[in-house]
Amino acid sequence: MQLIYEKSIPGRRGVKLPASDVPSAAALPAHLLRAETAGLAEVSELDLVRHFTNLSRRNFSVDTNFYPLGSCTMKYNAKVLENSAALFAPFHPMTALLPGGEEFCQGTLGMLHDLGLLLADITGMDEVTTQPLAGAHGEMTGILLVAAYHAARGNKAKKKYVVVPDSSHGTNPASAAIAGYEIITVPTAPYGDMDLELFKKAMTDEVAAVMMTCPNTLGLFNPHIKEISDIAHSHDALMYYDGANLNAIMGKVKPGDVGFDVIHVNLHKTFGTPHGGGGPGSGPVGVKKALIPFLPQPRIIKDGQGLFQLESKRPGSIGRTANFFGNFGVMAKAYAYIIMLGREGLVRASEQAVLNANYIKERLKPYYDLPYDMTCMHECVFSASKQLAHGVHAIDIAKFLIDRGYHPPTVYFPMIVKEAIMIEPTETESKGTMDAFIEVMIEAAQMAETNPQALHDAPLTMPISRLDETKAAREQNVCCMA
Amino acid sequence: MAEIYFSKEHEWVKVKEGIGAVGISEHAAHELGDITFVELPAMGKTVKQFDILAAIESVKAASDIYAPVSGKVIKVNEALDTAPEIVNESAEDAGWMAWIEIADEAELKNLMTKEQYDAYLKTL
Repeated sequence: MQLIYEKSIPGRRGVKLPASDVPSAAALPAHLLRAETAGLAEVSELDLVRHFTNLSRRNFSVDTNFYPLGSCTMKYNAKVLENSAALFAPFHPMTALLPGGEEFCQGTLGMLHDLGLLLADITGMDEVTTQPLAGAHGEMTGILLVAAYHAARGNKAKKKYVVVPDSSHGTNPASAAIAGYEIITVPTAPYGDMDLELFKKAMTDEVAAVMMTCPNTLGLFNPHIKEISDIAHSHDALMYYDGANLNAIMGKVKPGDVGFDVIHVNLHKTFGTPHGGGGPGSGPVGVKKALIPFLPQPRIIKDGQGLFQLESKRPGSIGRTANFFGNFGVMAKAYAYIIMLGREGLVRASEQAVLNANYIKERLKPYYDLPYDMTCMHECVFSASKQLAHGVHAIDIAKFLIDRGYHPPTVYFPMIVKEAIMIEPTETESKGTMDAFIEVMIEAAQMAETNPQALHDAPLTMPISRLDETKAAREQNVCCMA
Repeated sequence: MAEIYFSKEHEWVKVKEGIGAVGISEHAAHELGDITFVELPAMGKTVKQFDILAAIESVKAASDIYAPVSGKVIKVNEALDTAPEIVNESAEDAGWMAWIEIADEAELKNLMTKEQYDAYLKTL
């Protein structure tokens, strides 16, 4: 397929404007004028419409196919949630910042405020900020809150380390390192979770926080989580909960109840809002009481008359991490999702997500190595080590799945599993869809033995076959004009 | 002939006259797959044994490289900036990453000999 720039013909226009018949304004000063053209493609309206329509037909999404990308929670986002966000479209988000403006946006402020209360209830936290614009932004906010907490207690210099398990999401140590902490990584024990004895050895009074995902990236719930948080607290270290896998435990476990002090929630994973290119993310952060003074502001409060107001009165606040309204549209969808499902619905969503992952795990276990063979939560991690004996890697199986109309599972993550294949079906898929996927996975396992070359050659049905990922990484050139 | 020692994290150090050339083992390079970027340490940086020295990215993963010995970085392999594939082609020779002026040769006892490392790989 040609790039739009390759279709460009000099002088071609979508719309030809008539020559101006009114006097020109004074010319702009020379230093404000472009030295050369903007380099836009020159095409007709029809060329443009066909180009982007054809491009859009090559999109792959949850709306077109099954998308079991582990750790990403690619659940189907009900279309009614889009409508809920659209209801707020006429309101200018900055109105509340005008003098007396809050009065005119009680609905929008109230939605943000109430979403914070709902998330606090679901996670067992005392207050939530809805400012952070994505999961990693939430992590950064959370770690800055941890740093502010220790600084306020006079322990800024003393607290040097953040402890993470070796199965953690890469953003955890990255957020902590950017906030100035050194990272201590604790290996995973054979039971599939952070090694408790090694964790105890790593813990000193110099540790500022322990960052965990629970269930972890192997899809396993940590049975020692309360003990871990008790040990952390005995060293005045705070427990940070990465909400990436919250979809497994909604309404079942509140992270706050097992000792977590700070949490970020990925609304785009757990609460039915689009991911990535489908819309921005949102990473609200919840905290326990001791950290409330440090939360970003302005915060949204409900005054004595029941009116929602913006308030910026906390001297200890880490400041503003984004606009007070965050990624508003995402939050409107998440709010509608929580209200739509209700308490029982959220519990059932998590139960179904866990059941689906265990179904796939049990059915594929005879064909793929399962390094941590136990009941999983919302996702399961296989290894392609059996297939490797025939020269077939996880990436070959992933590419084959594309040919069969499936988005590949996450591969090569978590890094502690060799040739990892991480499958997260989510609660929104039917047994029929999963059965069809399982059959294709079994076919891939059989092909690895009988015809490995066919897997090396995949994908064959795509506009472009196997990409040279090494060349792409070594010779990065994203400029289409070069 | 310089003596070579290995760490459990798959770094090697070749020691000659108080200077240690440092890199990653052939096993590590193979496991990482095609290496796409090596973040070399800063010249003059002082490191402690087993602290982070450099970082490496491959098509599969990004990993930290730990210093097998304490000391001061006195030379880095700038060729890796433009040709990281050298690490895949020659991990234990041309793919060296830095020279460290070794602070304490007694630390070498925390590392493995070639024979010990080969035996260690069989246990993984």
